[in-house]
Amino acid sequence: MSSYTDYATGEPVVDTKAPKGPVNERWDTRRFEAKLVNPANRRKHTIIVVGTGLAGGSAGATLAEQGYHVVQFCFQDSPRRAHSVAAQGGINAAKNYRNDGDSIHRLFYDTVKGGDFRARESNVHRLAQISVEIIDQCVAQGVPFAREYGGLLDNRSFGGVQVSRTFYARGQTGQQLLLGAYQALSRQVAAGNIELHPRTEMLDLIVVDGRARGIVARDLVTGKIDTYFADAVVLASGGYGNVFYLSTNAMNSNATAIWRAHRKGAYFANPCFTQIHPTCIPRTGDHQSKLTLMSESLRNDGRIWVPKAKGDNRPPNQIPEDERDYYLERIYPSFGNLVPRDIASRAAKNVCDEGRGVGPGGQGVYLDFAEAIQRMGRKAVEAKYGNLFDMYQRITDEDPYEVPMRIYPAVHYTMGGLWVDYDLQTTIPGLFAIGEANFSDHGANRLGASALMQGLADGYFVLPSTINDYLARNPHKDDVDDTHPAALEAVRETKERLEKLLAVNGDRTPDSFHREIGELMWEFCGMARTDEGLRKALERIPEIREEFWRRIKVPGAGEEFNQSLEKANRVVDYLELAELMCLDALHRAESCGGHFREESQTPDGEAARKDDEFSYAAAWEFTGTGEAPVLHKEDLVFEYVHPTQRSYA
Amino acid sequence: MKLTLRVWRQKNADAEGAMSTYEVDGISSDMSFLEMLDTLNEELILKGEDPVAFDHDCREGICGACSLVINGDAHGPERTTTCQLHMRSFKDGDTIDIEPWRASAFPVIKDLVVDRSAFDRIIQAGGYITAPTGTAPEAHATPVPKPDADYAFEHAECIGCGACVAACPNGAAMLFTSAKINHLNVLPQGAPERESRVLDMVAQMDDEGFGGCTLTGECATACPKGIPLMSITNMNREWLRATRKAGKR
Repeated sequence: MSSYTDYATGEPVVDTKAPKGPVNERWDTRRFEAKLVNPANRRKHTIIVVGTGLAGGSAGATLAEQGYHVVQFCFQDSPRRAHSVAAQGGINAAKNYRNDGDSIHRLFYDTVKGGDFRARESNVHRLAQISVEIIDQCVAQGVPFAREYGGLLDNRSFGGVQVSRTFYARGQTGQQLLLGAYQALSRQVAAGNIELHPRTEMLDLIVVDGRARGIVARDLVTGKIDTYFADAVVLASGGYGNVFYLSTNAMNSNATAIWRAHRKGAYFANPCFTQIHPTCIPRTGDHQSKLTLMSESLRNDGRIWVPKAKGDNRPPNQIPEDERDYYLERIYPSFGNLVPRDIASRAAKNVCDEGRGVGPGGQGVYLDFAEAIQRMGRKAVEAKYGNLFDMYQRITDEDPYEVPMRIYPAVHYTMGGLWVDYDLQTTIPGLFAIGEANFSDHGANRLGASALMQGLADGYFVLPSTINDYLARNPHKDDVDDTHPAALEAVRETKERLEKLLAVNGDRTPDSFHREIGELMWEFCGMARTDEGLRKALERIPEIREEFWRRIKVPGAGEEFNQSLEKANRVVDYLELAELMCLDALHRAESCGGHFREESQTPDGEAARKDDEFSYAAAWEFTGTGEAPVLHKEDLVFEYVHPTQRSYA
Repeated sequence: MKLTLRVWRQKNADAEGAMSTYEVDGISSDMSFLEMLDTLNEELILKGEDPVAFDHDCREGICGACSLVINGDAHGPERTTTCQLHMRSFKDGDTIDIEPWRASAFPVIKDLVVDRSAFDRIIQAGGYITAPTGTAPEAHATPVPKPDADYAFEHAECIGCGACVAACPNGAAMLFTSAKINHLNVLPQGAPERESRVLDMVAQMDDEGFGGCTLTGECATACPKGIPLMSITNMNREWLRATRKAGKR
């Protein structure tokens, strides 16, 4: 067995399927060149969609509207509960309703720059183009966006940009957009075009003759393992932030669908690109099960500060103005409190590392609304942020109208994911990945209010166009069922894994292992990473994995409702994914976006990219558990937005 | 603090259920109610016992998964979701009863987990605006007066948790159903399906075995999102209007 860090570099990824020509014509070109499936033939095709969030929900509904037979899965009891529901702030679109100089090109530019020049230009431009259609679509569905008194849509601004292009529905934009997609999906379920399987979790992918043809899934109520077959499989299973144990993800969000696909041959791109969100409620103790985000929109009016002096323990209201350090306003005068997330997070970490953090353990900074309340009045602040303030008060028992909020960065989003081409197809033909599950649009850092945009762009507009091309070139065949050797093998492997988990009967709970791997990842693969720390983590992970299979204890049986078994099986995959994340972070010896390598910084402590060496997406090929993977590089070419050292000063 | 928990345990849908008593110690007032149950479950697993099954996911009060009746109240003593209830609402030595949603239209799956798919079927019956992808006009083509938009939003906030049904002595789903009808029927985009929506959704609601409304108001009191009781009155008006209009045709 070779050392895990001894990875080989394989053939580069050359063909991304992005058309040539001017960037603003590429999406039109692709749509025109893509083969189509005759409407009468569509109903013969079955498409599996895993996940019902913004990407999966919108894709399932749209594919069914087009006439395909959709078989859709979610582990939640209802598609309406997918974690997109928790997104607060808003959704970007280049409508330029404010007449403030916005355009598709500016959204494209901001996104490439915000991603620190590690995203594919063709995809990002398409995202910006589609953004305007998304708003139209959602309004037609009855999504109750915030409106002005004249009846027109309201906008606000978000981090990393200087225009107001964010559409929102109070602090519940994700919920409202998800309900729009869920309702469209429900309409297709009622019409008989979607076969919906709630409380059912994908546990493996079935690949036949090199093509994705089905999945193995467990009915979470009965525990029964079943197989499902299709002409194409779409993964919309979200990101993998829960590898950190504490994150703003939902408790059951997990990486199993994408990790199992990776094991079956789909390349995993840029796994180390994770987003640490600057404004989350700090943890209160070891019992903490998850972290709660406070929307970035709060940075529009809240001012972030810490005391100038180290160890200043006075209550915030007793610290005079001239003894406060509004550090973001000081360091980045032109963007101030609205710098991108990676920069705001790192700045918070730095002041806390200096010993100027506030609250228990010094792991927090103030987000202060005193000035906003004085300027706008309490009523206006309430109307804008009321539900967020209530949520903060409920969790912390402190009144943010009276005392400044305390916030600290937390894992929030993963830019990495399954590698996909311009058609959102993975390296396994017939397997598509959309939304947070893929790596495509955000580079090394995602801008605020862009996740909802990407999920819906992929699901409503991109995938339903590009998947036609694949299906047209691969006409439907009824040649696979549960007796096919590939299906039998996938089911056998899945059952064996679950039986093994139940059989160990050790002395540690699934949660204790999840916590352990999460703490390790936060320490060594979190906000700041070093060669030394990552090597330490890479040494430790196989040891934890070995201990897991020796000491894990899962009560109950497989053929029943068993939440401990669900959890343990997800932790199995975290214990492998964590290793790949650390390796990716180790190999990328540069800082970019959310990936900060301490060895690579400018004299002022900003992230220093190394474009000569690392201007590529790293797509990793699986070779075996604990075995060194193979690296495939997709070179990134910037024809329109020329890489510069990002500056928000 | 130290607490006594009396928890509904039921192996599966067909099994008999019963209350079981557990003691938990070292509970901090900063913990959420579900983190307190996590603590209990970690202990149960290590003792080789079956942990208590309960639905939960976002733990931010928005996904609507969590669903516990605590001391007889849906979501417990505060007006919030179970996941946003904190242990500071209880005191050392308390005995806490924890039960699942109780309604015949929500059968128990295991312990505190119930089947709420009836809600999905009510939405499928008409809780949408028909707007296939690609057909939408420019978003500003139809202005929506701010009061209407705010009214729609206020009802769209429903998280589909089912506390309204659990709290209702009749097990009625009127508040849930009316929230969606009010949200969509007030919007210009929802107007073409205004009548069919209310008739179809109400019919589905009745088919699912939910009880009738006697305007007790427990639903609106339990609702973590503050969907107003008037919502039901407005739904009844919409239903009457649609019924009379249908009769004229």
